[in-house]
Amino acid sequence: MDKQVLRIGAGAGYAGDRIGPAVELAEKGQLDYLVFECLAERTIALAQLERSKDAAAGFDPMLQARMRAVLPTCIDQGVRIISNMGAANPLQAGHAVLAVARELGLPQVKVAVVLGDDVLATLTQSGLSLPLQESTQTLADLQDRLISANAYLGAEALLPALTTDAQVIITGRVADPALFLAPLMHHFGWAANDWTRLGKGIVVGHLLECAAQITGGYFADPGYKDVPHMAELGFPLAEVSASGDAVITKVADSGGCVTVATCTEQLLYEIENPARYLQPDVVADFSQVALTQSGPDRVQVTGGQGHPRTDTLKVTLGYRDGFIGEGQMSYAGPGALARGQLALDLVRQRLARAGYGAFEGRYDLMGVNAIFGPCSPASPEPAEVRARVALRVPTWPQAQHVAHEVEALYTNGPAGGGGASRSVREVIAAAAVLVPRSAVKTSTVMLTQDH
Amino acid sequence: MLLRDIAHTRTGDKGNRSTLSVIAYNPKDFALLEQQLTAERVRAHFAGLVNGPVERYDLPQLGALNFVMHNALGGGVTRSLALDAHGKCLSAHLLTFVLE
Repeated sequence: MDKQVLRIGAGAGYAGDRIGPAVELAEKGQLDYLVFECLAERTIALAQLERSKDAAAGFDPMLQARMRAVLPTCIDQGVRIISNMGAANPLQAGHAVLAVARELGLPQVKVAVVLGDDVLATLTQSGLSLPLQESTQTLADLQDRLISANAYLGAEALLPALTTDAQVIITGRVADPALFLAPLMHHFGWAANDWTRLGKGIVVGHLLECAAQITGGYFADPGYKDVPHMAELGFPLAEVSASGDAVITKVADSGGCVTVATCTEQLLYEIENPARYLQPDVVADFSQVALTQSGPDRVQVTGGQGHPRTDTLKVTLGYRDGFIGEGQMSYAGPGALARGQLALDLVRQRLARAGYGAFEGRYDLMGVNAIFGPCSPASPEPAEVRARVALRVPTWPQAQHVAHEVEALYTNGPAGGGGASRSVREVIAAAAVLVPRSAVKTSTVMLTQDH
Repeated sequence: MLLRDIAHTRTGDKGNRSTLSVIAYNPKDFALLEQQLTAERVRAHFAGLVNGPVERYDLPQLGALNFVMHNALGGGVTRSLALDAHGKCLSAHLLTFVLE
Protein backbone atom coordinates (compact mmCIF):
# COMPACT_ATOMS: atom_id res chain seq x y z
CA MET A 1 0.00 0.00 0.00
CA ASP A 2 3.02 2.30 -0.09
CA LYS A 3 2.69 3.30 -3.72
CA GLN A 4 0.95 6.64 -4.10
CA VAL A 5 0.35 6.23 -7.79
CA LEU A 6 -0.83 3.07 -9.49
CA ARG A 7 0.16 2.59 -13.12
CA ILE A 8 -2.31 0.60 -15.21
CA GLY A 9 -1.86 -0.10 -18.90
CA ALA A 10 -4.29 -1.24 -21.58
CA GLY A 11 -2.88 -4.25 -23.45
CA ALA A 12 -5.80 -4.78 -25.83
CA GLY A 13 -8.96 -2.90 -26.68
CA TYR A 14 -10.74 -5.72 -28.49
CA ALA A 15 -10.34 -9.40 -29.26
CA GLY A 16 -8.32 -8.90 -32.41
CA ASP A 17 -6.14 -6.07 -31.19
CA ARG A 18 -2.46 -5.74 -32.06
CA ILE A 19 0.05 -7.45 -29.79
CA GLY A 20 3.18 -5.36 -30.38
CA PRO A 21 1.99 -2.25 -28.52
CA ALA A 22 1.15 -4.38 -25.46
CA VAL A 23 4.70 -5.71 -25.42
CA GLU A 24 6.07 -2.16 -25.68
CA LEU A 25 3.84 -1.08 -22.79
CA ALA A 26 4.86 -4.06 -20.65
CA GLU A 27 8.55 -3.37 -21.29
CA LYS A 28 8.63 0.41 -20.94
CA GLY A 29 5.49 1.40 -19.03
CA GLN A 30 6.79 0.70 -15.50
CA LEU A 31 3.36 -0.76 -14.96
CA ASP A 32 1.73 -2.30 -11.94
CA TYR A 33 -1.08 -3.86 -13.97
CA LEU A 34 -1.63 -4.68 -17.63
CA VAL A 35 -5.27 -5.21 -18.58
CA PHE A 36 -6.46 -6.98 -21.73
CA GLU A 37 -10.10 -6.28 -22.61
CA CYS A 38 -11.06 -8.72 -25.35
CA LEU A 39 -14.75 -9.53 -25.00
CA ALA A 40 -17.35 -7.92 -27.25
CA GLU A 41 -21.08 -8.30 -26.72
CA ARG A 42 -21.60 -11.56 -28.60
CA THR A 43 -18.09 -13.01 -28.27
CA ILE A 44 -19.10 -15.21 -25.35
CA ALA A 45 -21.98 -16.72 -27.32
CA LEU A 46 -19.61 -17.60 -30.17
CA ALA A 47 -17.14 -18.98 -27.64
CA GLN A 48 -19.91 -21.04 -26.03
CA LEU A 49 -20.59 -22.64 -29.42
CA GLU A 50 -16.89 -23.53 -29.66
CA ARG A 51 -17.00 -25.00 -26.17
CA SER A 52 -20.06 -27.08 -27.05
CA LYS A 53 -17.96 -28.73 -29.78
CA ASP A 54 -14.79 -29.04 -27.71
CA ALA A 55 -14.83 -28.96 -23.91
CA ALA A 56 -11.28 -27.55 -23.83
CA ALA A 57 -12.17 -24.62 -26.11
CA GLY A 58 -14.32 -21.55 -25.62
CA PHE A 59 -11.71 -19.02 -24.52
CA ASP A 60 -10.06 -16.30 -26.57
CA PRO A 61 -8.10 -17.87 -29.44
CA MET A 62 -5.36 -15.22 -29.12
CA LEU A 63 -4.84 -15.84 -25.39
CA GLN A 64 -1.73 -17.98 -25.79
CA ALA A 65 -0.15 -15.63 -28.35
CA ARG A 66 -0.73 -12.62 -26.11
CA MET A 67 0.64 -14.42 -23.05
CA ARG A 68 3.69 -15.70 -24.91
CA ALA A 69 4.41 -12.11 -25.92
CA VAL A 70 4.07 -10.37 -22.56
CA LEU A 71 4.42 -12.98 -19.80
CA PRO A 72 8.23 -13.05 -19.55
CA THR A 73 8.46 -9.26 -19.19
CA CYS A 74 5.48 -9.04 -16.86
CA ILE A 75 6.83 -11.75 -14.55
CA ASP A 76 10.30 -10.18 -14.64
CA GLN A 77 9.01 -6.70 -13.79
CA GLY A 78 6.23 -7.72 -11.42
CA VAL A 79 3.40 -6.53 -13.67
CA ARG A 80 0.16 -8.33 -12.89
CA ILE A 81 -2.09 -9.23 -15.82
CA ILE A 82 -5.89 -9.02 -15.75
CA SER A 83 -7.98 -10.20 -18.68
CA ASN A 84 -11.47 -11.31 -19.65
CA MET A 85 -9.99 -13.61 -22.30
CA GLY A 86 -11.55 -16.50 -20.38
CA ALA A 87 -14.73 -15.82 -22.40
CA ALA A 88 -16.97 -18.91 -22.15
CA ASN A 89 -14.31 -21.08 -20.50
CA PRO A 90 -12.22 -19.14 -17.96
CA LEU A 91 -10.97 -22.27 -16.22
CA GLN A 92 -9.51 -23.76 -19.42
CA ALA A 93 -8.09 -20.35 -20.24
CA GLY A 94 -6.32 -20.38 -16.88
CA HIS A 95 -4.82 -23.79 -17.63
CA ALA A 96 -3.76 -22.50 -21.05
CA VAL A 97 -1.89 -19.62 -19.38
CA LEU A 98 -0.10 -22.11 -17.12
CA ALA A 99 0.83 -24.18 -20.15
CA VAL A 100 2.33 -21.11 -21.83
CA ALA A 101 4.21 -20.31 -18.62
CA ARG A 102 5.65 -23.86 -18.53
CA GLU A 103 6.68 -23.57 -22.15
CA LEU A 104 8.44 -20.27 -21.38
CA GLY A 105 10.25 -21.73 -18.37
CA LEU A 106 8.24 -19.75 -15.83
CA PRO A 107 7.05 -22.44 -13.42
CA GLN A 108 6.40 -19.89 -10.69
CA VAL A 109 3.40 -18.41 -12.50
CA LYS A 110 0.10 -18.68 -10.66
CA VAL A 111 -3.26 -17.93 -12.20
CA ALA A 112 -6.44 -16.91 -10.41
CA VAL A 113 -9.65 -17.61 -12.31
CA VAL A 114 -12.86 -15.74 -11.51
CA LEU A 115 -16.01 -17.77 -12.10
CA GLY A 116 -19.71 -17.08 -11.80
CA ASP A 117 -20.66 -14.87 -14.73
CA ASP A 118 -22.24 -17.83 -16.56
CA VAL A 119 -25.87 -17.84 -15.35
CA LEU A 120 -27.40 -19.86 -18.20
CA ALA A 121 -28.45 -22.75 -15.96
CA THR A 122 -29.87 -20.46 -13.29
CA LEU A 123 -31.89 -18.40 -15.75
CA THR A 124 -33.30 -21.33 -17.71
CA GLN A 125 -34.44 -22.85 -14.42
CA SER A 126 -35.88 -19.80 -12.71
CA GLY A 127 -35.60 -16.71 -14.90
CA LEU A 128 -37.83 -17.41 -17.88
CA SER A 129 -40.31 -14.68 -16.99
CA LEU A 130 -37.63 -11.96 -17.04
CA PRO A 131 -38.46 -9.25 -19.58
CA LEU A 132 -35.94 -8.65 -22.37
CA GLN A 133 -34.59 -5.12 -22.54
CA GLU A 134 -35.59 -3.08 -25.61
CA SER A 135 -38.30 -5.67 -26.33
CA THR A 136 -41.79 -6.78 -25.38
CA GLN A 137 -40.66 -10.41 -25.10
CA THR A 138 -39.45 -12.43 -22.14
CA LEU A 139 -36.54 -14.82 -21.79
CA ALA A 140 -38.99 -17.69 -22.39
CA ASP A 141 -39.44 -16.50 -25.98
CA LEU A 142 -35.76 -17.12 -26.68
CA GLN A 143 -35.42 -20.30 -24.64
CA ASP A 144 -35.17 -22.80 -27.50
CA ARG A 145 -32.61 -20.63 -29.32
CA LEU A 146 -30.56 -19.57 -26.30
CA ILE A 147 -26.79 -20.24 -26.36
CA SER A 148 -25.39 -18.26 -23.48
CA ALA A 149 -26.29 -16.02 -20.56
CA ASN A 150 -23.51 -14.12 -18.85
CA ALA A 151 -23.80 -11.51 -16.13
CA TYR A 152 -21.59 -8.46 -16.23
CA LEU A 153 -19.57 -8.92 -13.04
CA GLY A 154 -18.18 -5.94 -11.22
CA ALA A 155 -14.75 -5.16 -9.82
CA GLU A 156 -15.94 -6.58 -6.52
CA ALA A 157 -15.90 -10.09 -8.03
CA LEU A 158 -12.18 -9.69 -8.83
CA LEU A 159 -11.06 -8.56 -5.38
CA PRO A 160 -10.57 -12.07 -3.91
CA ALA A 161 -8.35 -12.95 -6.88
CA LEU A 162 -6.33 -9.77 -6.38
CA THR A 163 -5.62 -10.62 -2.74
CA THR A 164 -3.90 -13.84 -3.84
CA ASP A 165 -0.35 -13.92 -5.17
CA ALA A 166 -1.51 -14.79 -8.66
CA GLN A 167 0.34 -12.87 -11.37
CA VAL A 168 -2.41 -13.50 -13.91
CA ILE A 169 -6.14 -13.06 -13.30
CA ILE A 170 -8.53 -14.53 -15.85
CA THR A 171 -12.24 -13.83 -16.02
CA GLY A 172 -15.21 -14.35 -18.27
CA ARG A 173 -17.75 -11.55 -18.61
CA VAL A 174 -16.84 -8.55 -16.48
CA ALA A 175 -17.93 -4.98 -17.19
CA ASP A 176 -15.02 -3.61 -19.24
CA PRO A 177 -14.13 -0.65 -16.99
CA ALA A 178 -14.37 -2.89 -13.91
CA LEU A 179 -11.27 -4.76 -15.11
CA PHE A 180 -9.41 -1.49 -14.40
CA LEU A 181 -11.40 -0.44 -11.33
CA ALA A 182 -10.60 -3.73 -9.56
CA PRO A 183 -6.84 -3.14 -9.11
CA LEU A 184 -7.56 0.43 -7.96
CA MET A 185 -9.99 -0.78 -5.29
CA HIS A 186 -7.53 -3.46 -4.27
CA HIS A 187 -4.45 -1.24 -4.15
CA PHE A 188 -5.94 1.85 -2.55
CA GLY A 189 -8.44 0.00 -0.38
CA TRP A 190 -11.42 1.88 -1.76
CA ALA A 191 -14.63 0.78 -0.07
CA ALA A 192 -17.39 -0.83 -2.13
CA ASN A 193 -19.64 2.10 -1.24
CA ASP A 194 -17.11 4.87 -1.85
CA TRP A 195 -19.22 5.98 -4.80
CA THR A 196 -17.12 8.98 -5.75
CA ARG A 197 -13.86 7.05 -5.98
CA LEU A 198 -15.53 4.12 -7.71
CA GLY A 199 -16.99 6.59 -10.21
CA LYS A 200 -13.54 8.05 -10.81
CA GLY A 201 -12.11 4.56 -11.25
CA ILE A 202 -14.76 3.84 -13.87
CA VAL A 203 -13.76 7.02 -15.72
CA VAL A 204 -10.19 5.73 -15.86
CA GLY A 205 -11.30 2.26 -16.91
CA HIS A 206 -13.59 3.61 -19.59
CA LEU A 207 -10.83 5.83 -20.99
CA LEU A 208 -8.39 2.90 -21.18
CA GLU A 209 -10.60 -0.01 -22.18
CA CYS A 210 -10.40 0.57 -25.95
CA ALA A 211 -6.61 0.88 -25.84
CA ALA A 212 -5.42 2.80 -28.93
CA GLN A 213 -8.73 4.61 -29.30
CA ILE A 214 -7.34 7.17 -26.83
CA THR A 215 -3.87 7.45 -28.34
CA GLY A 216 -4.95 8.43 -31.84
CA GLY A 217 -6.65 5.30 -33.18
CA TYR A 218 -10.21 5.76 -34.50
CA PHE A 219 -9.33 9.47 -34.46
CA ALA A 220 -6.97 10.43 -37.28
CA ASP A 221 -8.47 12.59 -40.02
CA PRO A 222 -5.68 14.02 -42.19
CA GLY A 223 -5.63 17.80 -42.31
CA TYR A 224 -8.09 18.05 -39.43
CA LYS A 225 -6.88 15.62 -36.79
CA ASP A 226 -3.35 14.56 -37.61
CA VAL A 227 -1.77 11.81 -35.53
CA PRO A 228 2.05 11.56 -35.47
CA HIS A 229 3.89 8.29 -36.12
CA MET A 230 0.66 6.40 -36.40
CA ALA A 231 2.24 3.23 -37.74
CA GLU A 232 3.86 2.83 -34.33
CA LEU A 233 0.67 3.73 -32.43
CA GLY A 234 1.21 3.08 -28.73
CA PHE A 235 -1.26 1.83 -26.16
CA PRO A 236 -2.24 4.02 -23.20
CA LEU A 237 -1.58 3.84 -19.50
CA ALA A 238 -3.03 5.71 -16.55
CA GLU A 239 -1.20 7.03 -13.51
CA VAL A 240 -3.91 6.94 -10.87
CA SER A 241 -3.71 8.57 -7.46
CA ALA A 242 -5.46 7.44 -4.30
CA SER A 243 -8.12 10.11 -4.83
CA GLY A 244 -9.04 8.50 -8.17
CA ASP A 245 -7.85 11.41 -10.25
CA ALA A 246 -5.50 10.32 -12.99
CA VAL A 247 -3.19 11.19 -15.83
CA ILE A 248 -3.62 9.39 -19.13
CA THR A 249 -0.38 8.99 -21.04
CA LYS A 250 1.67 6.55 -23.12
CA VAL A 251 5.27 5.43 -23.16
CA ALA A 252 7.84 7.82 -24.60
CA ASP A 253 8.81 7.14 -28.20
CA SER A 254 5.60 5.28 -28.99
CA GLY A 255 3.54 6.66 -31.86
CA GLY A 256 0.24 8.46 -31.62
CA CYS A 257 -0.80 11.18 -29.23
CA VAL A 258 -2.72 11.68 -25.99
CA THR A 259 -4.55 15.00 -26.13
CA VAL A 260 -7.65 16.56 -24.63
CA ALA A 261 -9.32 15.88 -27.99
CA THR A 262 -8.48 12.15 -28.06
CA CYS A 263 -9.52 11.82 -24.42
CA THR A 264 -12.81 13.67 -24.91
CA GLU A 265 -13.77 11.44 -27.83
CA GLN A 266 -13.01 8.34 -25.81
CA LEU A 267 -14.69 9.63 -22.64
CA LEU A 268 -18.00 9.88 -24.53
CA TYR A 269 -17.51 6.75 -26.65
CA GLU A 270 -20.55 4.45 -26.34
CA ILE A 271 -21.90 6.60 -23.50
CA GLU A 272 -25.56 7.51 -23.39
CA ASN A 273 -26.51 9.72 -20.44
CA PRO A 274 -23.07 10.84 -19.19
CA ALA A 275 -24.47 11.43 -15.70
CA ARG A 276 -25.69 7.85 -15.36
CA TYR A 277 -23.26 5.29 -16.74
CA LEU A 278 -24.64 2.11 -15.22
CA GLN A 279 -21.95 -0.22 -13.96
CA PRO A 280 -22.12 -3.25 -11.68
CA ASP A 281 -20.17 -1.46 -8.93
CA VAL A 282 -21.48 2.09 -9.20
CA VAL A 283 -23.54 4.45 -11.30
CA ALA A 284 -20.66 6.46 -12.69
CA ASP A 285 -21.17 10.14 -13.47
CA PHE A 286 -19.04 11.64 -16.25
CA SER A 287 -21.03 14.86 -16.46
CA GLN A 288 -18.49 16.98 -14.54
CA VAL A 289 -15.29 15.34 -15.80
CA ALA A 290 -12.64 17.87 -16.77
CA LEU A 291 -9.63 17.16 -18.99
CA THR A 292 -6.45 19.24 -18.98
CA GLN A 293 -3.31 18.90 -21.06
CA SER A 294 -0.64 18.76 -18.34
CA GLY A 295 2.29 17.97 -20.63
CA PRO A 296 3.10 16.38 -23.99
CA ASP A 297 0.94 13.25 -24.30
CA ARG A 298 -0.29 13.74 -20.75
CA VAL A 299 -3.91 14.54 -19.93
CA GLN A 300 -5.08 15.13 -16.38
CA VAL A 301 -8.52 13.68 -15.61
CA THR A 302 -10.54 15.11 -12.72
CA GLY A 303 -14.16 15.54 -11.72
CA GLY A 304 -15.46 11.98 -12.02
CA GLN A 305 -18.31 11.21 -9.68
CA GLY A 306 -20.40 8.24 -8.67
CA HIS A 307 -23.78 7.36 -7.23
CA PRO A 308 -25.04 4.22 -5.44
CA ARG A 309 -25.15 1.13 -7.60
CA THR A 310 -28.46 -0.40 -8.72
CA ASP A 311 -29.92 -3.63 -7.30
CA THR A 312 -29.57 -5.55 -10.53
CA LEU A 313 -26.88 -6.87 -12.85
CA LYS A 314 -27.12 -6.89 -16.62
CA VAL A 315 -27.01 -10.28 -18.30
CA THR A 316 -26.22 -10.59 -22.00
CA LEU A 317 -28.00 -13.43 -23.75
CA GLY A 318 -26.65 -14.96 -26.92
CA TYR A 319 -29.23 -16.63 -29.15
CA ARG A 320 -29.54 -18.05 -32.64
CA ASP A 321 -31.35 -15.70 -34.95
CA GLY A 322 -31.28 -17.24 -38.42
CA PHE A 323 -28.63 -16.83 -41.09
CA ILE A 324 -27.28 -14.06 -43.26
CA GLY A 325 -26.48 -14.78 -46.86
CA GLU A 326 -24.45 -12.12 -48.62
CA GLY A 327 -22.89 -11.64 -52.03
CA GLN A 328 -20.95 -8.85 -53.72
CA MET A 329 -19.92 -8.06 -57.29
CA SER A 330 -17.95 -5.13 -58.75
CA TYR A 331 -18.60 -3.00 -61.84
CA ALA A 332 -16.23 -0.33 -63.17
CA GLY A 333 -15.76 2.20 -65.92
CA PRO A 334 -18.41 3.88 -68.06
CA GLY A 335 -21.90 2.95 -66.92
CA ALA A 336 -20.66 1.29 -63.73
CA LEU A 337 -23.47 2.84 -61.70
CA ALA A 338 -26.21 1.72 -64.11
CA ARG A 339 -24.78 -1.79 -64.37
CA GLY A 340 -24.45 -2.04 -60.59
CA GLN A 341 -28.05 -0.93 -60.18
CA LEU A 342 -29.20 -3.43 -62.81
CA ALA A 343 -27.35 -6.16 -60.93
CA LEU A 344 -29.21 -5.30 -57.72
CA ASP A 345 -32.55 -5.19 -59.53
CA LEU A 346 -31.95 -8.60 -61.11
CA VAL A 347 -31.04 -10.25 -57.83
CA ARG A 348 -34.01 -8.66 -56.12
CA GLN A 349 -36.41 -9.96 -58.79
CA ARG A 350 -34.88 -13.44 -58.85
CA LEU A 351 -35.02 -13.71 -55.05
CA ALA A 352 -38.61 -12.46 -54.99
CA ARG A 353 -39.62 -15.14 -57.50
CA ALA A 354 -37.93 -17.75 -55.33
CA GLY A 355 -40.10 -16.68 -52.39
CA TYR A 356 -37.53 -14.53 -50.58
CA GLY A 357 -39.41 -11.25 -50.97
CA ALA A 358 -40.61 -11.05 -47.38
CA PHE A 359 -37.19 -11.47 -45.78
CA GLU A 360 -35.35 -8.42 -44.48
CA GLY A 361 -32.65 -7.49 -46.94
CA ARG A 362 -30.18 -4.86 -48.07
CA TYR A 363 -29.41 -3.95 -51.68
CA ASP A 364 -26.45 -1.58 -51.59
CA LEU A 365 -24.04 -0.04 -54.04
CA MET A 366 -20.74 0.22 -52.21
CA GLY A 367 -19.05 3.45 -53.19
CA VAL A 368 -22.45 5.10 -53.61
CA ASN A 369 -24.91 4.42 -50.82
CA ALA A 370 -23.92 1.35 -48.79
CA ILE A 371 -23.07 3.35 -45.67
CA PHE A 372 -25.32 6.40 -45.54
CA GLY A 373 -28.26 4.89 -47.46
CA PRO A 374 -30.95 7.51 -48.04
CA CYS A 375 -28.64 10.19 -46.56
CA SER A 376 -25.98 9.63 -49.22
CA PRO A 377 -25.03 12.80 -51.06
CA ALA A 378 -25.50 12.97 -54.82
CA SER A 379 -22.12 12.48 -56.44
CA PRO A 380 -20.65 12.25 -59.95
CA GLU A 381 -20.46 8.90 -61.71
CA PRO A 382 -18.12 6.75 -59.60
CA ALA A 383 -15.15 5.04 -61.27
CA GLU A 384 -16.31 1.77 -59.77
CA VAL A 385 -19.12 0.39 -57.64
CA ARG A 386 -19.64 -2.85 -55.78
CA ALA A 387 -23.13 -4.29 -55.65
CA ARG A 388 -23.93 -5.91 -52.31
CA VAL A 389 -26.95 -7.98 -51.36
CA ALA A 390 -27.53 -9.29 -47.84
CA LEU A 391 -30.64 -11.07 -46.55
CA ARG A 392 -31.49 -12.52 -43.15
CA VAL A 393 -33.22 -15.86 -43.67
CA PRO A 394 -34.28 -18.76 -41.40
CA THR A 395 -32.02 -21.51 -42.75
CA TRP A 396 -28.46 -22.11 -43.96
CA PRO A 397 -29.51 -23.37 -47.44
CA GLN A 398 -31.61 -20.25 -47.97
CA ALA A 399 -28.63 -18.08 -47.05
CA GLN A 400 -26.50 -20.06 -49.50
CA HIS A 401 -29.13 -19.44 -52.18
CA VAL A 402 -28.89 -15.67 -51.62
CA ALA A 403 -25.12 -15.75 -51.95
CA HIS A 404 -25.37 -17.92 -55.09
CA GLU A 405 -27.79 -15.55 -56.77
CA VAL A 406 -25.24 -12.75 -56.50
CA GLU A 407 -22.34 -14.86 -57.68
CA ALA A 408 -24.41 -16.08 -60.65
CA LEU A 409 -24.39 -12.51 -61.93
CA TYR A 410 -21.09 -13.51 -63.53
CA THR A 411 -22.91 -15.24 -66.39
CA ASN A 412 -26.46 -14.00 -65.84
CA GLY A 413 -25.93 -10.33 -65.04
CA PRO A 414 -24.70 -7.05 -66.51
CA ALA A 415 -21.52 -6.72 -68.57
CA GLY A 416 -18.16 -6.68 -66.89
CA GLY A 417 -19.11 -7.93 -63.43
CA GLY A 418 -16.02 -9.12 -61.55
CA GLY A 419 -14.59 -10.08 -58.20
CA ALA A 420 -17.59 -11.86 -56.74
CA SER A 421 -17.48 -12.72 -53.08
CA ARG A 422 -20.00 -14.61 -51.01
CA SER A 423 -20.50 -15.36 -47.37
CA VAL A 424 -22.97 -17.28 -45.28
CA ARG A 425 -23.03 -17.05 -41.52
CA GLU A 426 -25.27 -17.91 -38.62
CA VAL A 427 -26.59 -14.88 -36.78
CA ILE A 428 -25.77 -15.04 -33.09
CA ALA A 429 -27.74 -12.14 -31.74
CA ALA A 430 -27.51 -10.53 -28.32
CA ALA A 431 -30.31 -9.55 -25.97
CA ALA A 432 -30.23 -8.50 -22.34
CA VAL A 433 -32.11 -8.99 -19.09
CA LEU A 434 -31.59 -7.54 -15.63
CA VAL A 435 -31.25 -10.02 -12.77
CA PRO A 436 -31.14 -9.50 -9.01
CA ARG A 437 -27.59 -9.46 -7.67
CA SER A 438 -28.45 -12.48 -5.53
CA ALA A 439 -28.85 -14.59 -8.69
CA VAL A 440 -25.12 -14.28 -9.40
CA LYS A 441 -22.60 -16.12 -7.21
CA THR A 442 -18.93 -15.65 -7.96
CA SER A 443 -15.89 -17.65 -6.88
CA THR A 444 -12.15 -17.70 -7.39
CA VAL A 445 -10.05 -20.72 -8.32
CA MET A 446 -6.25 -20.72 -7.95
CA LEU A 447 -4.24 -22.62 -10.52
CA THR A 448 -0.57 -23.50 -10.06
CA GLN A 449 1.78 -25.84 -11.87
CA ASP A 450 1.19 -28.58 -9.25
CA HIS A 451 -2.46 -28.94 -10.19
CA MET B 1 -19.72 26.75 -42.57
CA LEU B 2 -19.66 22.99 -42.08
CA LEU B 3 -19.56 21.39 -38.66
CA ARG B 4 -16.29 19.78 -39.78
CA ASP B 5 -14.60 23.20 -39.69
CA ILE B 6 -15.11 23.65 -35.94
CA ALA B 7 -15.78 20.26 -34.39
CA HIS B 8 -14.89 16.58 -34.43
CA THR B 9 -17.16 13.61 -33.87
CA ARG B 10 -17.10 9.94 -32.82
CA THR B 11 -19.80 7.27 -32.88
CA GLY B 12 -20.29 4.26 -30.67
CA ASP B 13 -22.96 1.58 -30.53
CA LYS B 14 -25.22 0.37 -27.74
CA GLY B 15 -27.74 -2.22 -28.84
CA ASN B 16 -29.81 -0.62 -31.58
CA ARG B 17 -28.74 2.88 -30.54
CA SER B 18 -25.92 4.94 -31.96
CA THR B 19 -24.11 7.33 -29.64
CA LEU B 20 -22.54 10.34 -31.30
CA SER B 21 -20.29 12.88 -29.62
CA VAL B 22 -19.60 16.30 -31.10
CA ILE B 23 -16.60 18.17 -29.69
CA ALA B 24 -15.60 21.75 -30.47
CA TYR B 25 -11.93 22.16 -31.40
CA ASN B 26 -12.08 25.55 -29.69
CA PRO B 27 -14.18 25.84 -26.51
CA LYS B 28 -15.35 29.25 -27.74
CA ASP B 29 -17.38 27.51 -30.44
CA PHE B 30 -19.37 25.43 -27.98
CA ALA B 31 -22.11 28.06 -27.75
CA LEU B 32 -22.66 27.82 -31.49
CA LEU B 33 -22.96 24.04 -31.32
CA GLU B 34 -25.28 24.29 -28.36
CA GLN B 35 -27.50 26.72 -30.19
CA GLN B 36 -27.63 25.12 -33.64
CA LEU B 37 -27.08 21.43 -33.17
CA THR B 38 -30.44 20.62 -31.63
CA ALA B 39 -31.57 17.02 -31.24
CA GLU B 40 -34.31 17.65 -33.83
CA ARG B 41 -31.88 19.00 -36.41
CA VAL B 42 -29.54 16.09 -35.89
CA ARG B 43 -32.46 13.72 -36.33
CA ALA B 44 -33.39 15.50 -39.56
CA HIS B 45 -29.79 15.24 -40.79
CA PHE B 46 -29.98 11.45 -40.34
CA ALA B 47 -33.52 11.12 -41.73
CA GLY B 48 -33.98 7.65 -43.21
CA LEU B 49 -30.96 6.30 -41.35
CA VAL B 50 -32.13 6.96 -37.80
CA ASN B 51 -35.68 5.81 -37.23
CA GLY B 52 -36.19 6.72 -33.58
CA PRO B 53 -35.92 9.76 -31.34
CA VAL B 54 -32.65 11.59 -30.71
CA GLU B 55 -31.56 12.80 -27.26
CA ARG B 56 -28.87 15.36 -26.51
CA TYR B 57 -26.68 15.70 -23.43
CA ASP B 58 -24.55 18.81 -22.91
CA LEU B 59 -21.02 18.79 -21.49
CA PRO B 60 -20.01 22.46 -21.59
CA GLN B 61 -16.77 21.93 -19.63
CA LEU B 62 -15.63 19.61 -22.42
CA GLY B 63 -17.04 21.76 -25.21
CA ALA B 64 -19.02 18.69 -26.19
CA LEU B 65 -22.52 17.48 -26.98
CA ASN B 66 -23.46 13.82 -26.74
CA PHE B 67 -26.32 12.48 -28.86
CA VAL B 68 -28.14 9.19 -28.47
CA MET B 69 -29.90 8.14 -31.67
CA HIS B 70 -32.50 5.43 -31.17
CA ASN B 71 -33.42 2.70 -33.65
CA ALA B 72 -30.39 3.63 -35.69
CA LEU B 73 -28.47 0.40 -36.28
CA GLY B 74 -30.71 -2.02 -38.14
CA GLY B 75 -31.46 -3.99 -34.99
CA GLY B 76 -27.99 -3.65 -33.50
CA VAL B 77 -24.54 -4.87 -34.47
CA THR B 78 -25.25 -8.52 -33.75
CA ARG B 79 -28.09 -8.84 -36.28
CA SER B 80 -27.78 -5.86 -38.63
CA LEU B 81 -27.52 -6.48 -42.37
CA ALA B 82 -25.63 -3.24 -42.90
CA LEU B 83 -22.08 -3.14 -44.24
CA ASP B 84 -21.16 -0.92 -41.27
CA ALA B 85 -23.17 -2.74 -38.63
CA HIS B 86 -21.65 -0.70 -35.77
CA GLY B 87 -22.49 2.60 -37.40
CA LYS B 88 -18.83 3.60 -37.00
CA CYS B 89 -19.05 5.73 -40.15
CA LEU B 90 -22.07 7.73 -39.00
CA SER B 91 -19.89 10.28 -37.19
CA ALA B 92 -18.56 11.48 -40.54
CA HIS B 93 -22.06 12.15 -41.87
CA LEU B 94 -22.69 14.73 -39.16
CA LEU B 95 -19.54 16.61 -40.18
CA THR B 96 -21.46 17.77 -43.27
CA PHE B 97 -24.06 19.53 -41.09
CA VAL B 98 -24.29 23.16 -42.22
CA LEU B 99 -23.95 25.79 -39.48
CA GLU B 100 -25.49 29.18 -40.09
